[in-house]
Amino acid sequence: MFTVLAFAVGFVLALMLAIMRLSPLRPYRWFAAAWIEVFRGLPALVTIFTIGYAVPIALGFRVPGVYGPGAMALGIVYSAYMAETIRAGIEAVPRGQREAARSLGMTSARSLVSIVLPQAFRIIIPPLTNEVVALIKDTSLLYVLGTTASTIEITKFAREGVSRTFNITPLLAGALVYLAITIPLTRAVGLLERRNRRAR
Amino acid sequence: MPDDPTRPDIEVVDLRKRFGPLEVLNGVSLTVQPSEVVCVIGPSGSGKSTLLRCVNRLEEPTSGSIRIEGDDILDPECDIDRVRRKIGMVFQAFNLFPHLTVLGNCTIAQRKVLGRPRTLAERTAREMLERVGLADKVDEHPVRLSGGQQQRVAIARALCLHPDMMLFDEVTSALDPELVGEVLASMRQLADEGMTMLVVTHEMGFARRVADRVVFMDEGLIVEEGPPEQVLDAPREARTRRFLQQVGERDEA
Ligand SMILES: Nc1ncnc2c1ncn2[C@@H]1O[C@H](COP(=O)(O)OP(=O)(O)OP(=O)(O)O)[C@@H](O)[C@H]1O
Ligand SMILES: [Mg+2]
Repeated sequence: MFTVLAFAVGFVLALMLAIMRLSPLRPYRWFAAAWIEVFRGLPALVTIFTIGYAVPIALGFRVPGVYGPGAMALGIVYSAYMAETIRAGIEAVPRGQREAARSLGMTSARSLVSIVLPQAFRIIIPPLTNEVVALIKDTSLLYVLGTTASTIEITKFAREGVSRTFNITPLLAGALVYLAITIPLTRAVGLLERRNRRAR
Repeated sequence: MPDDPTRPDIEVVDLRKRFGPLEVLNGVSLTVQPSEVVCVIGPSGSGKSTLLRCVNRLEEPTSGSIRIEGDDILDPECDIDRVRRKIGMVFQAFNLFPHLTVLGNCTIAQRKVLGRPRTLAERTAREMLERVGLADKVDEHPVRLSGGQQQRVAIARALCLHPDMMLFDEVTSALDPELVGEVLASMRQLADEGMTMLVVTHEMGFARRVADRVVFMDEGLIVEEGPPEQVLDAPREARTRRFLQQVGERDEA
């Protein structure tokens, strides 16, 4: 659940950042570059603490929802990584594609949406999946925020199991659950990628 | 405003274009009348592509003026996207959209730019593909086609917007020799039907047979222009002669 939300937040932010990064307007480029540098530079745990504890205390504002703060924090962290991936994808689409679209009377935004992005996404499916897998693993960091029963992530569940029973079996079980999610995902994407390559 | 019969489709006056310190166009003036076919020839780097790309503002000129059917397209008020619908462009590298089928390539601008319903867009696309002899390829993806077929799809794609004029930038240069003919045939047919065409080409045979006028460019300037038999067979300028000699030798080799 954290993963889905965080990915949604991260992806939307990343798309906006990537487009800003390639914008002809300098303030946009600077803002996006700064965002990307900061959140790639900070350890994820720091961002998570900041959004989860520091921001609510300092500003009296808490991202709403049980999953809210965690998903927002991870989304922000991953938006920085995914923005660079998406930007690389956009830049990998040959310039002639955009020019052909413009020569047909498409606006700049229309050629981005209809011509450039669909091709960019095909290119970036593999690296983007790696980021999703990393994101899934990093949801384990969110145990530092998990306070209510419903937000207990797999790791927290496992950790509590360990301290209650002095037994590492729950931790192992937690690890297995993570692997059970990430390995098939990696596989599925490998398949998808091969199919894609054949289609082209 | 009724169409003025003497108004040119393309009117370029004293066009200059610099890339940083590099002066690529040094004051080019060129007029193309409705239904006229003008071929631009010249050595590599002489600015032919840049001239063509300025005409639909894929490249921003440094100075000068460009009028399309009388409208100044360098005017900041000018809606360039609207003007571009009137100007079809075909590129050396085809630039078909690889994520779309042939039909998709030919319908996307009709639908997204003109807002045509799918059925009308598809009917128009099939009609134009028919004109370039590719009616049976509608559902293929571009990569499955030969270079010559891809380039004809690119021509059909441009025609789908019913442009008043077409720009061709060395559209056969990336093709295997045996595929050049089919593309030139489509272009010739278009010319015969009265399309206004500005064609950058190294195909002297095509220029000779199809062009109303041939323009020779070198170092960002128009050196010589006139009917094909004059420019190609009895050039006045030494530079034109030298260029034609080099091209001739290469063709024979
Ligand atoms: N975007 C650009 N940035 C910098 N220089 C450019 C750019 N586009 C073209 N040039 C330069 O401008 C000059 C003219 O280029 P142009 O493509 O117009 O020549 P051309 O006559 O079409 O040549 P060719 O027959 O090789 O296609 C070349 O020296 C080229 O390197
Ligand atoms: Mg060129």
